[in-house]
Amino acid sequence: MTIDNIIIWFQSWLPNARIAPLYVAAVLIAALAIFLVMAVNALVAVYAERKISAFMQDRVGPMGQGPGLHAGKWGLLQTVADTIKLILKEDIIPKAADKKLFIIAPFIVFLGAFIALAALPWGPTLIAADMNIGLFYILAVSSFGVIGIIFAAWSSDNKWSLFGGMRSAAQIISYEIPAALSLVAVLLLAGTLSMQGIVANQSGTVWGFLPNWNIFNNPFTFLAFFIYFIAGVAETNRTPFDIPEAESELVAGFHTEYSGMRWAFFFLSEYGNMLVVAGVAVVAFLGGWQSPIDGIMQGPLWGLIWFLLKMTVVILIMIWWRWTFPRLRVDQLMNVAWKVLLPIALFNLFGTAIWTLTIG
Amino acid sequence: MGLIKADEMTLNIGPQHPSTHGVLRLKVKTDGEIVSEITPVIGYLHRCFEKHCEYLTYEQVIPFTDRCDYIAAMNNNFGYVVAVEKMMDIQVPERVEYIRIIMAELNRIASHLLALGTFGLDVGAYTPFLYMFRDRERILDLFEITCGARLLYNYMWIGGVSHDLPVGFVEATYRFLDEFEKKSEEYHNILSYNKIFIERTADVGVLPKDVAIDYGVTGPNLRGSGVKWDLRKDEPYSIYEKFKFEVPVGQGLMGSVGDSWDRYWVRAEEMKESVKIVRQALDKMPRKGDVHEALPKRVRPPQGSIYFRTESPRGDLGYYIISDGKDKPVRVKMRSPAFTALSALSEIASGWMLSDVLVVLGSLDIVLGEIDR
Repeated sequence: MTIDNIIIWFQSWLPNARIAPLYVAAVLIAALAIFLVMAVNALVAVYAERKISAFMQDRVGPMGQGPGLHAGKWGLLQTVADTIKLILKEDIIPKAADKKLFIIAPFIVFLGAFIALAALPWGPTLIAADMNIGLFYILAVSSFGVIGIIFAAWSSDNKWSLFGGMRSAAQIISYEIPAALSLVAVLLLAGTLSMQGIVANQSGTVWGFLPNWNIFNNPFTFLAFFIYFIAGVAETNRTPFDIPEAESELVAGFHTEYSGMRWAFFFLSEYGNMLVVAGVAVVAFLGGWQSPIDGIMQGPLWGLIWFLLKMTVVILIMIWWRWTFPRLRVDQLMNVAWKVLLPIALFNLFGTAIWTLTIG
Repeated sequence: MGLIKADEMTLNIGPQHPSTHGVLRLKVKTDGEIVSEITPVIGYLHRCFEKHCEYLTYEQVIPFTDRCDYIAAMNNNFGYVVAVEKMMDIQVPERVEYIRIIMAELNRIASHLLALGTFGLDVGAYTPFLYMFRDRERILDLFEITCGARLLYNYMWIGGVSHDLPVGFVEATYRFLDEFEKKSEEYHNILSYNKIFIERTADVGVLPKDVAIDYGVTGPNLRGSGVKWDLRKDEPYSIYEKFKFEVPVGQGLMGSVGDSWDRYWVRAEEMKESVKIVRQALDKMPRKGDVHEALPKRVRPPQGSIYFRTESPRGDLGYYIISDGKDKPVRVKMRSPAFTALSALSEIASGWMLSDVLVVLGSLDIVLGEIDR
């Protein structure tokens, strides 16, 4: 279901309408769907994160005494209650803040995650926009959020925010390079930048029994997956790479001065970014919506289920990491990016190229 | 083209900040992430402890000692009451001595658990903190069944303790010690040998032996620098000479001697030694006896003064008491180990990055209640 499909569907109903309003309507529908995906993802992921962290830490996590009281059974309504609280909270803009930038910053950060989701293929036919430069587009727009982070950091007029913003900008820009290089290895195999093309390329089996996902295709892409995943986690500012909002150092980093719904948008985009990173990892390395067993359980609905399942696993690993690792220091973080991941990614790209030329 | 001029920025860490361990303010000069100068500003928790003591009777001072180092209140009581007992020449019953040692060592474990947990938190590891709080909770439960309080006990009295051990305390403590020894392995798996944790703490904030001695740093911080100095061994008080235990010192296992990891490690090892002491004390303790037997009718130490120090979880905790023979002390002075540890901070943490300053601060394990008094 792409935006084009929706327009064609509209045209079958309104054959005489001009194309421009139909186009706007179709885009709005897709945008609404993506927004809902992000909102639901945040609701579910926050609950999962709280419960999983609680189980890992010998706690029970959010609990309620029943419907209508506290947060529902097993705290199921906890995130809903939190959302209501955040909406009702006072929106504080510091006196010394650069008001315009301060207001616009959370939305820019949100936008980065939001528009990246447009190119994720949720199933064989389910994608908002199947562009021929899909992967390139995602890489390009997901670094968009860093502008918002710098806006937020600068406009808050707070030293902690400034520290967080500077760290965040350095971190996201550094980690984009190994992430992109490891994805280029995938492009060598797929020969296309289109997200659907990359997934379609991963059908069938390899080595006789394994699904022909890029991660299993050859040792170099196997390594590339881990490079991408580490760099991706770093891009989402999560532990062990959460130095931009390091609580014990920077209070809350770039969103120290934010409250209420504006803060919630930062939060929403963090979880949206997780979705993007997990989605790209699944598409590029884990076969996207392809079934793990060749020829069985395929089709549009199964595709969606496989995609969501794979994405859940990747996100769960991110949550697991967060509650296990301490945090790196800012220079160690840069060392990992430039001195470890980047050389490996370059070598890896070279290896993949040789492999595709000779064996593949 | 002129030179690009990078100004130094003055940053206030605290008094409201997640990792200043209380209400400490650090005035920090930073050049980017690098910290060039640290000035601790203290006094936000000053409650005139020493002046108050001059208007209180000797017994009334005990609850105030609780509130100095509120993480290890038992150890604070201990030093004060033994000092007053020494002045008055009171012999406490053997059972009381054992109970005091059990409590002091349990409190030492609880205090170190909190120190290590919050240290993990400073490095960004959240889970070990909650593991340690889970086990600390069980020690507080033991204190609660004994004297009703969980944090500020007022348990040790001059000449005795406030309550005898309740029924089932000994068994519950044995059970706790068995489980604690197993569970403490968890900490090592998740924190001590974690690569990132070692990267963050090894070789960071090295406190050399001579600097530590110059600043008067004591306790685990001094032992982390490789100096084997523990009052329980070197100047035994109460009945510590009856127990067998080791004094762990920093060996620079992961970096150099006296780094933040060593200070962490010494505390982790000390918990094991405390477990040993509590076990021996539980084994040897007389099963019966009146804990109020030696309570003096009237606490009026003879004219004179005393300086007496004990090994609290933070180091040499000294009390200097002057008496004029009346029921109120003329002067009570407390020598705070956390204060001296904090004074060494700017020496060992300058030149490191902002994140390291907080790690070093966490590794020194300061309690502001004791510094400000």
